[in-house]
Amino acid sequence: MMSYDPAVYSRILTGLTLGFHIIFATIGVGVPVMIAIAEFLGIKRKDPHYTLLARRWARGFVITVAVGVVTGTSIGLQLNLLWPSFMQIAGQAIALPLFLETFAFFFEAIFLGIYLYTWDRFRNPWTHFIISIPVIIGSSASAFFITIVNAFMNTPQGFKLSGRTIIDIDPLVAMFNPATPTKTAHVISSAYMTSAFVLAAIAAVALLAGKRHVYYQKALKLTMVCGLIFSISTAFIGDLSGKFLAEYQPEKLAAAEWHFETTDKAPLVVGGILGENNEIRYALKLPYALSVLAHGNPNAVVQGLNETPKELRPPLYIHYFFDIMVTIGSLTIVLCIAYLWIERRSQGQGKPLPSWLLRCVVWSGPLAMLAIECGWIFAEAGRQPWILRGYMKTVHGATTSANVDWMLLLFSLLYIVLGFSVWMILRRMFRSNTPEQELELNGIEGGKH
Amino acid sequence: MNIELIGITVLWIFLYGYLIVASIDFGAGFFSYYSMLTGRKHLVHGIIERYLSPVWEVTNVFLIFFMVGMVGFFPDTAYYLGTTLLIPGSIAIVLLAIRGSYYAFSTYGSKDNKIYLLLYGASGLLIPASLSIVLTISEGGYIEEKGNQVTLLYSKLFTSPYAWSVVILSLVSVLFISAAFLTYYAQKAKDYKAMEVLRGFAIAWSIPTILSSLLVFFSIQQHNPWHFNRMIELSWMFVLSLLCFMVAAYLIWIRKRLGLAFLLVMLQFALAFFGYGASHLPYILYPMISIHESITSPSMGIALIIAFIAGLLLLIPSLFLLMRLFLFDANYVQGKHGK
Repeated sequence: MMSYDPAVYSRILTGLTLGFHIIFATIGVGVPVMIAIAEFLGIKRKDPHYTLLARRWARGFVITVAVGVVTGTSIGLQLNLLWPSFMQIAGQAIALPLFLETFAFFFEAIFLGIYLYTWDRFRNPWTHFIISIPVIIGSSASAFFITIVNAFMNTPQGFKLSGRTIIDIDPLVAMFNPATPTKTAHVISSAYMTSAFVLAAIAAVALLAGKRHVYYQKALKLTMVCGLIFSISTAFIGDLSGKFLAEYQPEKLAAAEWHFETTDKAPLVVGGILGENNEIRYALKLPYALSVLAHGNPNAVVQGLNETPKELRPPLYIHYFFDIMVTIGSLTIVLCIAYLWIERRSQGQGKPLPSWLLRCVVWSGPLAMLAIECGWIFAEAGRQPWILRGYMKTVHGATTSANVDWMLLLFSLLYIVLGFSVWMILRRMFRSNTPEQELELNGIEGGKH
Repeated sequence: MNIELIGITVLWIFLYGYLIVASIDFGAGFFSYYSMLTGRKHLVHGIIERYLSPVWEVTNVFLIFFMVGMVGFFPDTAYYLGTTLLIPGSIAIVLLAIRGSYYAFSTYGSKDNKIYLLLYGASGLLIPASLSIVLTISEGGYIEEKGNQVTLLYSKLFTSPYAWSVVILSLVSVLFISAAFLTYYAQKAKDYKAMEVLRGFAIAWSIPTILSSLLVFFSIQQHNPWHFNRMIELSWMFVLSLLCFMVAAYLIWIRKRLGLAFLLVMLQFALAFFGYGASHLPYILYPMISIHESITSPSMGIALIIAFIAGLLLLIPSLFLLMRLFLFDANYVQGKHGK
């Protein structure tokens, strides 16, 4: 057992809560977009399959939203309980985006309630579709504002600190800090992307189980096309984030790439393990690539980690998380292209999709979620030892209260129970009521597929 | 009005909003479970579910709003309350989490799961009690500051008559507010069987509500005479509150004008709540934090107020739409719309 240190336990507990929350938050941001696209296609093409798809997704979505809401409430309250000194200082500098986040969430909550309970209420189907737009605006805007808070922690600005008092706050300067554009864009785009792959994985599971209905093929095609668009945009924004890091947080990029000496023509380190004395083994070194990633120029000079004092360096393990994130992101693009290629050919020949391809799609859902977690750990651990980079160290922001260890235990239990329940319920909901049954029940088609 | 007064007023309005919507919600969960135990679930469950399903998510937002605004306007509260409330706060979070998710699980997932309904119904009663601790410690005397270490004096809290009277009040008023609203809602739905059951709940909880209010009133006198004297200065608010209660209880008793009765219940709590809040000023946490010394910088204060107004311009029409579709739509209330 570790000796009791509230700062360590606070970090673990915050990490646990956020790590659990972002699974549901990602779904909460991305899935409404997918639902709206499916509903749009259903009305536009007068195709009841897409409408049913939208409805079924929406039904499962409510369950995940519930967990997203309660864990979001947890993290909101926990920030104050676990990081009181930090909130005393940062809370007022970033109160505006925090506030706007709540407004966006409020807006989403109202319209989600309306959307879910008005499927058959309006004569014109477009009226119902239009309600999905404020839901999307609300969920994406709340992701945008809450990511601004995180961006502020990475590149704080717009205030002065004298002792423990903070003065001369400029709310807008604090909000639109250098990290804001790339961070928010990357978070939103990767949430759309991950949701597309999670839904694609569900369709692929059904197809793998031998279900032949055209409903599943439409679901798969729609999600894979969206997955391709969103993963390309995520990769593009990721590249911009690399350039942002090189300029504003060079120590994070250097730690992620195990780049110790400041050099030009810097190589990118892929994979590998770090031995004692920081020697890199078994890694693939791509020449010039880091210079390109950092500055868009193969001859550019990239600042190394040695320029940062030892006690202010981020942990070197973030390299692994960075690599996993980038690898998964790249593989999903390849997978989507392969799918579209094969789908086009097999459709011409009337053959089903090969099962190896479907199996890859099944994996893409959980892997995309893993990439979200890895990217987030990379971004958060990469700004250690700071909680407010350049202003406040993490250990100084934590609570001094006793019993954080017991709270960690309490919340671990809670998340285990919640995670297990969600899994069971979603499984039961969709197994006991198949799309085929629903199509028949709604009189869309007869007994034959 | 200066910024800090606007700030605390706005926050207090939001806390009041939470008090009403959360009470309806928490009480409804309890009644739902209780009526299942007593074999009357089929009578009231439909009514409760039709009301709650579209609005449960909105309830949570009021609480988050209050908290974020509190830290934004009065950052010192984050330090004092955050440090001292680790355990009660965490317990409240766990209860809120269990309640919120098991509500959704039992409504959208497995309909007749008794364990889910128990988790959802029972946690709802414990939440008001755990949240009311914040109000209790704001009276002062439960927190000790030594050097840079702030601690909550649990032994003092648990042996305090004032603390217990607040817990009792929060519990019974939740049940009373909820029953008063649901009686009205059932009447709108023309579901007279449900109305009778719920009216019974409302009457049963009305007397304990008023008795526990008096209990809180007198235990404040013991605990914090300064605050008690200030409350006496505003005694007209408390007297009006009592009058509202009496008219409301009468209307529920004779089964007439139940909408007005619920409005009076809201007014009863509004008068008592704002009277309590106004007499507590200028202190947020007596005597450590007052609204004057811990206000955030003026530019942020103004930005927050602007955000507030802009947000309200967006929210009020949306809330109105929500109410028109689900609260004041006769067909929906009577269950004539498909899901």
